[in-house]
Amino acid sequence: MPDDLSIHARALTRVYKAKPEPVTALGGVDLDVEPGEYFGLLGPNGAGKTTLIKILTTLLLPTSGTARVAGFDVVTETAKIRRVINMVAGGEQSGYGLLTVREQLWMFSQFYGLPQRDGWRKVDGLIEVTGLQEQRDQKVRTLSTGQRQKLNFARGLLNDPWVLFLDEPTLGLDVAAARDLREHTLAWKAGAPGRTLLLTTHYMVEAEQLCDRIAIVDRGRILALGTPGQLRRRVQAESIFRIELDHLPENGGLDAIAGLPGVVSAVRTDDESSEGAGADRVALKVALADDSALTSVVTAVAERGSHLVGLAKSEPSLEDVFVELVGRGFGASDEDGGSRS
Amino acid sequence: MSEVGIARTPREAADWSRGRVVRANLRAVAGRAYPRIIGLTREPSWLFFEILLPFLAVSAFVFVYRALGAPEEFVGFVVLGGAMTAFWLNVVWMMAAQFYWEKDQGNLELYFTAPMHLMSILAGMAIGGLVMTSSRALAVIVIGSLVYGVSYQIAEPLLLAGVFLLTMIPLYGLGMLFASLFLLWGREAFHLAQLLQEPIYFLGGVNFPIRHLGAVSALVVATLPLAVGLDAMRQLVFPGQASEGVLPVATEMLILAVMGVIFLVGARLALRYLETLARREGRLTLRWQ
Repeated sequence: MPDDLSIHARALTRVYKAKPEPVTALGGVDLDVEPGEYFGLLGPNGAGKTTLIKILTTLLLPTSGTARVAGFDVVTETAKIRRVINMVAGGEQSGYGLLTVREQLWMFSQFYGLPQRDGWRKVDGLIEVTGLQEQRDQKVRTLSTGQRQKLNFARGLLNDPWVLFLDEPTLGLDVAAARDLREHTLAWKAGAPGRTLLLTTHYMVEAEQLCDRIAIVDRGRILALGTPGQLRRRVQAESIFRIELDHLPENGGLDAIAGLPGVVSAVRTDDESSEGAGADRVALKVALADDSALTSVVTAVAERGSHLVGLAKSEPSLEDVFVELVGRGFGASDEDGGSRS
Repeated sequence: MSEVGIARTPREAADWSRGRVVRANLRAVAGRAYPRIIGLTREPSWLFFEILLPFLAVSAFVFVYRALGAPEEFVGFVVLGGAMTAFWLNVVWMMAAQFYWEKDQGNLELYFTAPMHLMSILAGMAIGGLVMTSSRALAVIVIGSLVYGVSYQIAEPLLLAGVFLLTMIPLYGLGMLFASLFLLWGREAFHLAQLLQEPIYFLGGVNFPIRHLGAVSALVVATLPLAVGLDAMRQLVFPGQASEGVLPVATEMLILAVMGVIFLVGARLALRYLETLARREGRLTLRWQ
């Protein structure tokens, strides 16, 4: 029953007015998320993840289709939805810099209608849980990016949400701060059974670590959905090799490799923007139908003037699933935020 | 009983009684008023910018009036006008332009997704701003009165307090209305705020009795809460021929009450329109759009 699900969407579309023609950010999404489930939307920039979150958090109306959160309709029952959800976005600068951490959380607790005593108790508890004790009386504007995002995360838990939306929560954080935040999220999962998390991210590790199930989205559509293990098994039949070269092959470059017999896909995985700025090698991820195809790849690379610097076989990751599904890596995503319609 | 943590299902958690809705909105008002009030102790620079600078503006008019031999009540008019200017500045910069800036900070999205009514946020801004600005206005009056020897003849202090509060309702109601309109119209709230600031100084009669505007004055008084309130307060504080008002105090109070209703209802309607448009267009609440 849709009412028993935490999130239920059918044929959900969202088209933005734009010139010269409208942009389809969501192109007919069907999605069911069970209570207590940690669900990830994994996709590059412009895949439609944030648009979906904005519809589910009642910030945006769908162009067509239906969606329910905690059993309530996102178009007609917004007030009820807002009582049981919360949202935290990456890079969020919400609140007021002149307030202390404790005051800021208390202020937001009032927006969720918490009585004074409950509000302060909740605030102090969350400050402890998120490890902000030392900063509790520090002004918000003096916090580091990582501390700020911990504060945002604590804000997102003030009303004990039944459905928590995390939109790229570790965006811009350093490795340690991102790890901390993921640990806090897992701790919340352990301490709040029955609560649901919808996470959008383009970090594979984050999705694998936090989510029970993952939907891979691109250009407004869900391309694949399952547990991380199920998704990985989609490409398990293939052999994935990481190949490092001194420079890209000439005469057709990457496309020539991808077009060889037995090669399923070939994508560049290093930062292309660093080329010519001191980078001495390029990294490729090549999926092969069979290990035997590796010989032809190595030969083709050599024939095109490149030298092999490194070679390693790797286990398939969610990125491999993504590459197989859309034929390109995350770094090669569209910039326009959707497909023209 | 506590209102937190007792629900066993999302349906129970979303089922709020009418009383709980009212209490939640009142708490939201207090929550949003808090940063404004606490700002008094956190930002001491206001002593310079919001007391000394307005006092200098008041002083310029005092010297002009004294040089021209104007009735001494005019000095009091200017001091009172200078104090009321603080409220107008607060309305323009901290109410009307506020949603625009909240959008840039990312707060507006959170306000929209929280379970309180946006009118509670606006009311919190207004109450916080009123408290904060009252202290500044009082400081201008005290300093101005001491430096320029202004004497007041307040026969009916309660009536004066009533007129003041009645002035604040439409004044801040106008700010609440502008908050939505600035967001709908504004490419830059800064320019819109500047556009409103100086004309109101003039048409509001901040530095001179509004009746000297002649036939236009009646029209002005009927549309600007600052002008109506100031005219009524001057009549109550400086009784005499020089402070003769455009209309009797009772009539001006009635005008203020009607304005209050109109602006608050207007603010409510504008907010509803804003939210509908924001959800339909998908850009008003988003940063950098």
